[in-house]
Amino acid sequence: MNAALTGYNFGYLDEATKRMIRRALLKAVCIPGHQVPFGAREMPLPYGWGTGGIQVTASVLGPDDVLKVIDQGADDTTNAVSIRRFFNRVAGVATTESTAEATIIQTRHRIPETPLSEGQILVYQVPMPEPLFRLEPRVAESTRLHAMAEYGLMQVKLYEDIARQGEVATSYNHPVMVNHRYLMSPSPIPAFDNPKMHMNAGLQLFGAGREKRIYAVPPYTDVRSLDFEDHPFKPVRAPHACAICGSEESYLDEVITDDQGGRMHVCSDTDYCASRPPV
Amino acid sequence: MNALLEAQGLHLRFGAVRALDDVALSIWPGEVVAIVGESGSGKSSLLRVLAGMQRADAGQVLYRDAAGATHSILDASDAALRRLMRSDWGFVHQNARDALRMEVSAGGNVGERLMAAGNRHYGNIREVAAHWLERVEMDPARIDETPKNFSGGMQQRLQIARTLVTSPRLVFMDEPTGGLDVSVQAKLLDLIRGLVADLGLAVLLVTHDIAAARLLAHRIMVMRHGQVVEEGLTDRVLDDPRHPYTQLLVSSVLAA
Repeated sequence: MNAALTGYNFGYLDEATKRMIRRALLKAVCIPGHQVPFGAREMPLPYGWGTGGIQVTASVLGPDDVLKVIDQGADDTTNAVSIRRFFNRVAGVATTESTAEATIIQTRHRIPETPLSEGQILVYQVPMPEPLFRLEPRVAESTRLHAMAEYGLMQVKLYEDIARQGEVATSYNHPVMVNHRYLMSPSPIPAFDNPKMHMNAGLQLFGAGREKRIYAVPPYTDVRSLDFEDHPFKPVRAPHACAICGSEESYLDEVITDDQGGRMHVCSDTDYCASRPPV
Repeated sequence: MNALLEAQGLHLRFGAVRALDDVALSIWPGEVVAIVGESGSGKSSLLRVLAGMQRADAGQVLYRDAAGATHSILDASDAALRRLMRSDWGFVHQNARDALRMEVSAGGNVGERLMAAGNRHYGNIREVAAHWLERVEMDPARIDETPKNFSGGMQQRLQIARTLVTSPRLVFMDEPTGGLDVSVQAKLLDLIRGLVADLGLAVLLVTHDIAAARLLAHRIMVMRHGQVVEEGLTDRVLDDPRHPYTQLLVSSVLAA
């Protein structure tokens, strides 16, 4: 299974497509948070499984890169395993489960607990790149709102959350302001991970395959979660310790263990959890 | 003192129809000007052209902002127009549903312009919104209800609160009392009159309701077939109409 397939170009995509995507990526890096359209190709996996992320990864991947793929923080879930194996076969690159060893990390819905270092690239799979899409149904109008930096509408949504529930109710996909200019959807990462985007040393690339959009946050860029002065943004974390490693800092998954109401909380980041001594 | 808004030589055609035929107009700070006329006389087109929502075929519209700078509305960029719409101007639509966000609470509706202007303090926004609900004679306890729960008259009052909350200098009103029953209309007109006087707003009011114009306006312009046929102080125009069409218009108002 591990033998690289013949008959495919390195990284599955043809060179012309990769160049097109790299051009979009360069533009995205130059305008942090701005959505750049690109000609997304059909990939051998369904929309919603990471077609955008996989195209970005294929375009930035080189033979010396070490790839890590996570899905909801875990290295061993179906999506992560298939994408890792895919690149292993069509590019023959080395893969890893360790965050520190990887040069490229493709992720769905999480940022690893281990901080990224300079030179590392984090590739997000994005289902819906437009942060305003539930508020403004017209794409042309949303584009205009971005162009004029008119983001009062998003603030109205947060106002409504506080008025109805006493707090901002978005526990994931909480909108962020990038470089004081563009409103950006962080892809559906938990609000807990939002602060990690701010002044991150790594390069963060976002690919949305179905919506055909690419955007980016370059290293050391200001990323602020939207909030009110008197209701500051609060990252949400389950008030428990990990049942395996005992961590009280990491983001937790709640796992139902039987049908008697038994449950345990474990780290969603499997690499982080495995690197710590068990309790 | 200079005019707030000045328009000259406006022409607009829709195919063979002349919606505006050499129309000129100026509004001074604190003044309420009513444009009356029958349906299809071009009064709504005029409002849309003045507010930059429709480009005229020819003519000029100049707006003077608080700093004294002059903006040519017909040549202004989208960004400049939206900035004006957000800060200096307000627009009250005939149908409150066109302006309100029906899924958003009353407080959110009133607060939207504040947040668009950069206010990021929830407590302040809420306080101002509650204050404005009171000002338009709505119960501040209903601040978290959506406009769907409100009657037509209340929706219209909510729209007015939402428009005036950032203290615009010039407000365009397109048939603000249309579609409301007579007693609600009377209350609303009374409310608008009070607010306009308190805030010293300049208002450009488009209406086919002569009574509303008489109650609110300092000056009246009568339009027909895209032309201004008569213009003058409200009492003068309504009590001593000179143009045959104005005479017809005034005499066709039913006395209660």
